[in-house]
Order: sequence, then C-alpha cells, then structure tokens
Amino acid sequence: MTVNLATELDAASIRTHVTAVDWQAAIRLAGDALVAGGVTTDDYTAEMIAAVDKLGPYIVIAPGLAIAHSRPSPAVLRAGLSWVTLDEPVNFGHKKNDPVSLVIGLAALDHEGHLEMMQALAGVLMNAKLVAALKAADSPAEVLALMASRELQRKAHS
Amino acid sequence: MKIIAVCGMGIGTSVLLKMNTEKVLRTLGIDADVEAADIGVARGMARDAEIVLTSEELAEEIGDVEAQVIVIDNFFDLDEITEKLTSALE
Repeated sequence: MTVNLATELDAASIRTHVTAVDWQAAIRLAGDALVAGGVTTDDYTAEMIAAVDKLGPYIVIAPGLAIAHSRPSPAVLRAGLSWVTLDEPVNFGHKKNDPVSLVIGLAALDHEGHLEMMQALAGVLMNAKLVAALKAADSPAEVLALMASRELQRKAHS
Repeated sequence: MKIIAVCGMGIGTSVLLKMNTEKVLRTLGIDADVEAADIGVARGMARDAEIVLTSEELAEEIGDVEAQVIVIDNFFDLDEITEKLTSALE
C-alpha cells in the first residue's frame, strides 16, 4: 500500500512559480521550504548545496528534475519533502537533463524510514502527464489537490 | 545476480533508481537483488555485484571495478533502464 504523496507534503513546503538566479538559489528555495514545513533546520540547506559542490549535479536525475538532498544529519528533524517549481528553469551543469524547472527537497532520518514516502514520490514522478500538470499548478493547494486526485484514480483502478 | 544502484548519499536518487530497476526486472522476468548504496560504500559492494547502475558524474567516482557500470541518464525512463540492462546482460 503506497502512501499518498499529498499527505507527506506540507503546504508550507510547496513553492510554485518562484524565481532563482542559479542552482544554489534553487536549492536554497527547496531548503527554505523544508525549514518552513518543520522538516529541517537551515544547516541542511547548506549541506544540500555542499553535496552538489562535492559530487556534481548528479541530483538532476531526469530532464528538468533535481532531487536536492543530503545525508541524514542533526539538521534533519523528520523525514520529509519540499516541492519547488521555477518560473525560469536554471542550469545545474548537468550534461543531459538541464535546465531544471522542478526542485524537490528531500530529507531523511535514516536509510529506511522514508521508503514509503519515496515510493509515493516515484509514483508521481513516473507519471509524465501528472508532472506536467503539477509544474503548471499555480498554488500549493492546487499541487496537493492534483497529487491527491491521482491517488484516488489509482485506487479506482486497483 | 546482484545489482547496486548508487547515489551520493544513499537516501534519495539511488532509492528511486532501485525501485524503477526492480520494476524493469519484474517485467523482464529476471531474478536479481537490487541494493541502494552511497558512493562511499559502493566500491566495496561492487566487488560481489554483477552490475552497478548510477549517474554519469558518479560513474567516474566509482572508477575501476569488476562489475559492469551502467550510466542511467533519466532515472524515470523505464525504456532506457530496460534497454541498458538488457544489453548489459547479453
């Protein structure tokens, strides 16, 4: 049984059509959104940026999509997500998947406790139509409603 | 058969890659263990694995290992994962 992504995502952790001048600013938006939802402290935002500085833009795992995250640390208060759509896509320096228009912030307390949440996230991100609709959404409420309605459709089919 | 999905931290992108790889393996009818790992432990784990799946940036970090290292560009493109896994297993 997969959990509904809408229940994993706090409205305070959603930003729609915001502006970032570069990838650092984009990650900072995702980090601030995690902080606003009570998921992390500010230190985690710096850790997410440092991870890309160290390991490169590997977090851009699909065209237009970055999963900003770092490892479990004292800066993580609970497992959770943030969702940031950018008005103007920004480059992360990825050879194939730039530019990025959706940044998802991710934090976990350990390697296992967030797996249901990851399954819910994968279910949403696999659905190209839904992702397109989510990118076009104008408000946190609309994002959450789209995620929830998809879950209803899935239940109807299963 | 053992397959490792590798990312920088072991909590995010490798978990997503593991899930989608398992989906592909089920469709192909291939029985394999897929584990998510971070780059720090990946080299050691790669010793007894046949295949390592990761992104281009991290493939360079993994360096020289016995296992086949496959670079996945789009972690949500099941066709890409299917194609690359199939040709690696041939």
